[in-house]
Amino acid sequence: MKTDNKTQTSKLDPYAGERLKRSHFHPRQAELNLRDAWSSWNGYKFADYYYDEEYEYFCIRNSCATYDICPMQKYRISGADAHFMLNRMVTRDLNKLKEDRVTYVCWCTDQGRLIDDGTIFKLGSESFMLTCGSPSLAWLRKSALGFERLEITDLSDDLAALSFQGPTTCEVLKKMGLEGIQNLKPFNIMYFDIGGSSHKPLMVSRTGFTGDLGYELWIAPQLALTLWDELYAAGDDYGIQPYGEAATNMARLEAGFIMPGMEFNEALKTVNYQYDQTPFELNLDWLVDFNKPHFNGRSALLEERDRGPKYRLVKLDIAGNKPADESALYADQKCSVEIGYVTSAMWSPVVKANIALAMIDSDYIDGSIWAEIYYGKELRHHSKVVRCVLQNAPFWAPDRARLTPPPAF
Amino acid sequence: MQHYDNIIIGAGHNGLVCAAYLAKKGQSVLVLEASDTLGGLAATREFYPGYKVGVAHSLSHFSAQIVSDLNLTAHGYIPGAPMPTIGLDLEGKHVVVTRDGLRGVSKKDLDSYIDYRQLLERFAGMLSPFWLKTMPRIGSKKFADLTTFAQLGLKLRLLGKRDMGEFMRVATLPARDLMDENFDSDLLKAVLSWDGLIGSKMAPRSPNATVLAMLYRMSGEHHGASSIPKDGIESLINALHLVLVNAGGQVRCNAPVTKINVKGDSTGLRATGVELADGEILHARRVISSADPKRTFLQLLGAEHLEIEFTNRINRLRCDGYVAKLHLALDGLAHFSGIDIPDGRMIVAPHMDSIEFAFDDAKYGGSPAQPVMEIVLPSINDSSMAPDGKHVLSAHVMYVPYSLKGGWTAEAKANLQDLTIDTIAQYSPNLRDRIVHAEFLTPEDIESSHHVTGGHWHHTELSMDQMLMMRPTYQAAQYATPIPGLFLCGAGSHPGGGLMGGPGHNAARHVLAAGKGL
Repeated sequence: MKTDNKTQTSKLDPYAGERLKRSHFHPRQAELNLRDAWSSWNGYKFADYYYDEEYEYFCIRNSCATYDICPMQKYRISGADAHFMLNRMVTRDLNKLKEDRVTYVCWCTDQGRLIDDGTIFKLGSESFMLTCGSPSLAWLRKSALGFERLEITDLSDDLAALSFQGPTTCEVLKKMGLEGIQNLKPFNIMYFDIGGSSHKPLMVSRTGFTGDLGYELWIAPQLALTLWDELYAAGDDYGIQPYGEAATNMARLEAGFIMPGMEFNEALKTVNYQYDQTPFELNLDWLVDFNKPHFNGRSALLEERDRGPKYRLVKLDIAGNKPADESALYADQKCSVEIGYVTSAMWSPVVKANIALAMIDSDYIDGSIWAEIYYGKELRHHSKVVRCVLQNAPFWAPDRARLTPPPAF
Repeated sequence: MQHYDNIIIGAGHNGLVCAAYLAKKGQSVLVLEASDTLGGLAATREFYPGYKVGVAHSLSHFSAQIVSDLNLTAHGYIPGAPMPTIGLDLEGKHVVVTRDGLRGVSKKDLDSYIDYRQLLERFAGMLSPFWLKTMPRIGSKKFADLTTFAQLGLKLRLLGKRDMGEFMRVATLPARDLMDENFDSDLLKAVLSWDGLIGSKMAPRSPNATVLAMLYRMSGEHHGASSIPKDGIESLINALHLVLVNAGGQVRCNAPVTKINVKGDSTGLRATGVELADGEILHARRVISSADPKRTFLQLLGAEHLEIEFTNRINRLRCDGYVAKLHLALDGLAHFSGIDIPDGRMIVAPHMDSIEFAFDDAKYGGSPAQPVMEIVLPSINDSSMAPDGKHVLSAHVMYVPYSLKGGWTAEAKANLQDLTIDTIAQYSPNLRDRIVHAEFLTPEDIESSHHVTGGHWHHTELSMDQMLMMRPTYQAAQYATPIPGLFLCGAGSHPGGGLMGGPGHNAARHVLAAGKGL
């Protein structure tokens, strides 16, 4: 009997259109999600953690682990105007970006408020890939107005991507047969064969969101499970483990990377006036290249640079071992002058310090900083006021993250 | 290498006005015109051997201030007398409107008209200083900006309690309500609402800026009445040209600008000059564009040099024109029933619904089933427009969409031309026998012949959201643009279009004030 496929589906599942999408790696990840700890990201079913967030964090720092970035937004921007359109959109100078290289960028509104950050891959002289955390097609289309020789393709659902992070990753990829992977420098791109292919369908970039040695693997969806299986076979002896959102958030905080909804509010989603941030407030000065004659938000940012930002994102080393989650910050121990707030906080096992990222009123940045920390102890609420020390160097920046070739294991 | 103080794009009246003011202040000025004739939409050209006409066929509010500042009357411009406006009636019971009175209406309508006229003149008087002022920048704390705001508030307050309340009430009132409140005659209502509507994408029932547009037109010498200069509109354009040349300015025709050149370095961007169609590159300290904002920013400058949200705002400017132009070469005078000499401005719109229905057709991309229009025979006032004893008929046909469903095919154009001629012939029985040649220009034709986006008279719709300090959009509403060295001086800037000269005058003053700091 022939039945209409659609009708059949809706009969089977009346909520079919409402359900979260499955990642291209889902069959394998579902098997390993021992705690069924699912949440969602950009409409995909997405793991908070698979087994234990701390265990996964330690895999990132001590062996190797995979993080599903299929739900990350990916756009191909190609054509003769692609370079010009992107270079006007982002604050960095893309003239410095060579082919087969990746660069970290951010982009702003006309008023210089941060919309989002992400990475741009230069795949060819007229072909780029932009990746970012939130859907950005509307902004890309607005940005493309006036550029005729341009095509924007949303690759988000059509490109499988897996982040592979940790000190033993290079070793595992070598074992998997990616010849020459040890020569791949940070932010460079290489292509490899996989599963007997001959047209090098696997793209590998030495990038990541953990501040550690790591790679991101990009491949067509139909080869996603082949990639997974080969990687996990090679990584078996190296303790390979999938990790979720929770471990990512720990690793990125140690690396000092910012997160939307934590350190910044995406400008296009911000309702209250200037409740969003500027790159200067987020300490992304190094991303803003005023040698470039024009980019979106330039004149507003120039004004801000000269005036000095109202707030500054800072790294804090906080006394004690109680994470300063959501703490208010004060200029004095009596908590009479409020000067800012903590955006992300944790006890860092690798740094062995109580660390945090925080937004502080620039006028108070050089004075003493106190955090009022609330914590629970067996159902009772406690609070304490502790001193914070401003830290300028990154919390965590191991040599292996930059060395080429990376240390062998 | 010649390096001008100012290059002005476009020799329309605003470009020429701006250029003349700058040249008189001793600046070097080069005006570049794409076509072979000066005047832009006001250019007079031969459309058939011996017969001449321009897209603009009369003046309603050319600034008296500019006439006096530039001493135009000493350069061959002789203003014409105000023409009556005649609402045509099929049975010859025409309504004739002049500033002082009406003919063809009841005593009651006449009495109302006197009061109505006085009220509008008080309003127009209150607004008139602001058409020649730079509008304040929103959020600006600059003294000049605050003063303009304060003056506007004071002027409004000085109207007195009653008039102020009335002004606030009628400023954005649909023309229909204003007319219904004051008059009984359908024809009179249609004729009086006309000046708030012509050139815009608005009809009597549209709330927006129709009353403001009327008041804008009333800023002129004859309080909004149309007139034709003694030697035609050409004499105004020639006078502006003469003043400019006498002051050392230069004009080049057949010199279409294809690109505004921009230099970029670590200090940012700066306009450096222009490139012409033949590849010639010209340098200037300032480029001042009288082209429409869309053309200036999106075609000549390029989005690459602009900010993203600004680019999108410019792109969303409503620039579709809704007025077509009919030109007839006549081998003798066309007679209009019940009119001795058709030397007035005649309006074909029997009642406000006729206007509204024509608009309804157009707003969905249709051609009007019963076109409404304004007709002038300029050759009666200015004999140089046609050979001896012959005449030219010029009509603004309203609510002809720029984008016609199915496109402006030759057939669609011919049909509308025929319909328009038939409509006029209802009032002028001998018209068809007199026609030697007919030309019909859709907004699309006007766009391509006059390099105006959408063929729009005002370059961009003169409506509340695109007026005053929002014209054409904020960040470009004070003649300066986001690109240092690039300025606007065309109808797309405050106060707007029509043969007025305000944008050119205001831009020149802004440039001179800004130049003091350079």
